[in-house]
Amino acid sequence: MVPASTLHAPRRAAPRRVTAEPPFVRWLLIGVALLFLGLFLVVPLAAVFVEAFAKGVGYYFHTFNDANTLSAIKLTFITAAIAVPLNCVFGVAAAWAIAKFDFRGKTVLITLIDLPFSVSPVVSGMIYVLLFGAQGLLGPWLLEHNIKIIFAVPGIVLATMFVTFPFVARELIPLMQAQGRTEEEAARVLGASGWQTFWRVTLPNIKWGLLYGVILCNARAMGEFGAVSVVSGHIRGQTNTIPLHVEILYNEYNFVGAFAVASLLTFLAVVTLALKTWAERKNAALRGTGN
Amino acid sequence: MKIFLKLFVLLGCAFAVAAHAKEIKLLNVSYDPTRELYQDYNAAFARYWKAKTGDNVVVAQSHGGSGKQAQSVINGLEADVVTLALAYDIDAIAQQAKLLPADWQKRLPNNSTPYTSTIVFLVRKGNPKGIKDWDDLVKLNVVVVTPNPKTSGGARWNYLAAWAYALDKYGHDDAKARDFIKRLYKNVPVLDSGARGSTTTFVEREIGDVLLAWENEAHLAIKQFGVDKFDIVTPPLSILAEPPVAVVDKVAKKRGTTEVAQAYLEYLYSDEGQDIAGRNFYRPRSEKAAAKYAIQFSPVKLVTVDEVFGGWQKAQKAHFADGGVFDQIFQP
Repeated sequence: MVPASTLHAPRRAAPRRVTAEPPFVRWLLIGVALLFLGLFLVVPLAAVFVEAFAKGVGYYFHTFNDANTLSAIKLTFITAAIAVPLNCVFGVAAAWAIAKFDFRGKTVLITLIDLPFSVSPVVSGMIYVLLFGAQGLLGPWLLEHNIKIIFAVPGIVLATMFVTFPFVARELIPLMQAQGRTEEEAARVLGASGWQTFWRVTLPNIKWGLLYGVILCNARAMGEFGAVSVVSGHIRGQTNTIPLHVEILYNEYNFVGAFAVASLLTFLAVVTLALKTWAERKNAALRGTGN
Repeated sequence: MKIFLKLFVLLGCAFAVAAHAKEIKLLNVSYDPTRELYQDYNAAFARYWKAKTGDNVVVAQSHGGSGKQAQSVINGLEADVVTLALAYDIDAIAQQAKLLPADWQKRLPNNSTPYTSTIVFLVRKGNPKGIKDWDDLVKLNVVVVTPNPKTSGGARWNYLAAWAYALDKYGHDDAKARDFIKRLYKNVPVLDSGARGSTTTFVEREIGDVLLAWENEAHLAIKQFGVDKFDIVTPPLSILAEPPVAVVDKVAKKRGTTEVAQAYLEYLYSDEGQDIAGRNFYRPRSEKAAAKYAIQFSPVKLVTVDEVFGGWQKAQKAHFADGGVFDQIFQP
């Protein structure tokens, strides 16, 4: 598309108003949007921190000096550290295959990648209970060989992976499709191997988009509640992640503690958001220069 | 990536240290409102066991709705002991997963229930709706909070207590009792999955006029939130709730914890165990502890599941199984 500004270059100094609505309508709309944002986003976010510090800064940090809380934080990081890199590798592979090659069943593959988005997280958890539970399909065999999957860390990692499966691939597929195959084809013609093409041509092109997908994937991996809740078994100090631990603290009338731990999760989310915005800008800038 | 590597190394060290300090680990899978009880008791038992054998015992806890917890154990959650809200849930573990013998309830004194409780009403301070008895719960303008009997043990005790009252009132007419229960559940706006969820709905979210609660849960809510917020109303008739305990034989055997798991449950019957139960508002079995804590419990006529319903197996089948009375009368 040709930008409008190039057509009317001389008149650029006095740009035409975007809308013809009277000012009060515009202010009303903006006001409603801001009010909505404030009520449903800013106030709850602030409430988390207000509640967390309700008993002072000392008590806030005291909350984190608890073996069960530390274990929940540790488990959340372990889960993300396993799930995110694996999903990253899978996502790149899937996006590469879908965007750069034609094959039968491509649309089926795309639909399957989207499946975790459309399935309720609770169902995602149940799938693993039905598969690996003691009464499940593989349960008796696992029991015989003393392999624990559900109600243990592997189950939590699996459930998290399932739920965060689509993030990287979903982010990369449109980007790679937009970039087309010409650069890869050129690399092949010049004699590069598949591996070289990937590392030297494809990866540099998608790195910011990839980072964006990884950040989203990580945010969800750390925050997932439903699927993890089903497979966790809720053993304190062993199989509770941060979101599950928040629920436990809340149910034990330790509201300040619950919000303190929740504020950690919120803080991680805010950091994620900042990183995301940064990656997004880099991504857009790169795409801009690419054209 | 370097950061991840460092993290893994650190974690590896942490696990190695844990492995060196020899300690016995037990998992107690329990129901919802026993959190505070077992927090106290686990510390007491660890002291006792250390003095007796020199070993350290760390008891990990898992809490949730009783039915849900039993289902987790059936699905492979490796509990050395289960301390659930009612015998039927442990029966289910014995039947479906065969992890313990069918006659498990005969292995410890008092039907394997070291403490009992009952169902009472928790109302807002001053009892503004004037709730005195089960009859008052079916009035049109009363909002009742109780958990879901499908997943929660406490909720099943609530339901059966109400049913027992209705049978008593209407001269054992099943149809009238059924109608009474139907009207009662019409007044319930939310069914949480566990007893603790219902308590937070009532006390924290301030929904409802009356919470049907475990006696211990009602006392704990008052202890946590202050006597100026709620009153406990004990109805003239309620049900004797017997939350049983059992060693999960197969799991304990596999993990080599049979002896300590057995001792863990037996110590619940000791003077110290009974005192901790009383302190946490459960009705102790021993006369000594019962006398000490008698003042915190109002007198109430208690009926049992065996007397009124012919045991948990029958009660479960008639009322809570798929297509049972609860499914027929409750439409959300």
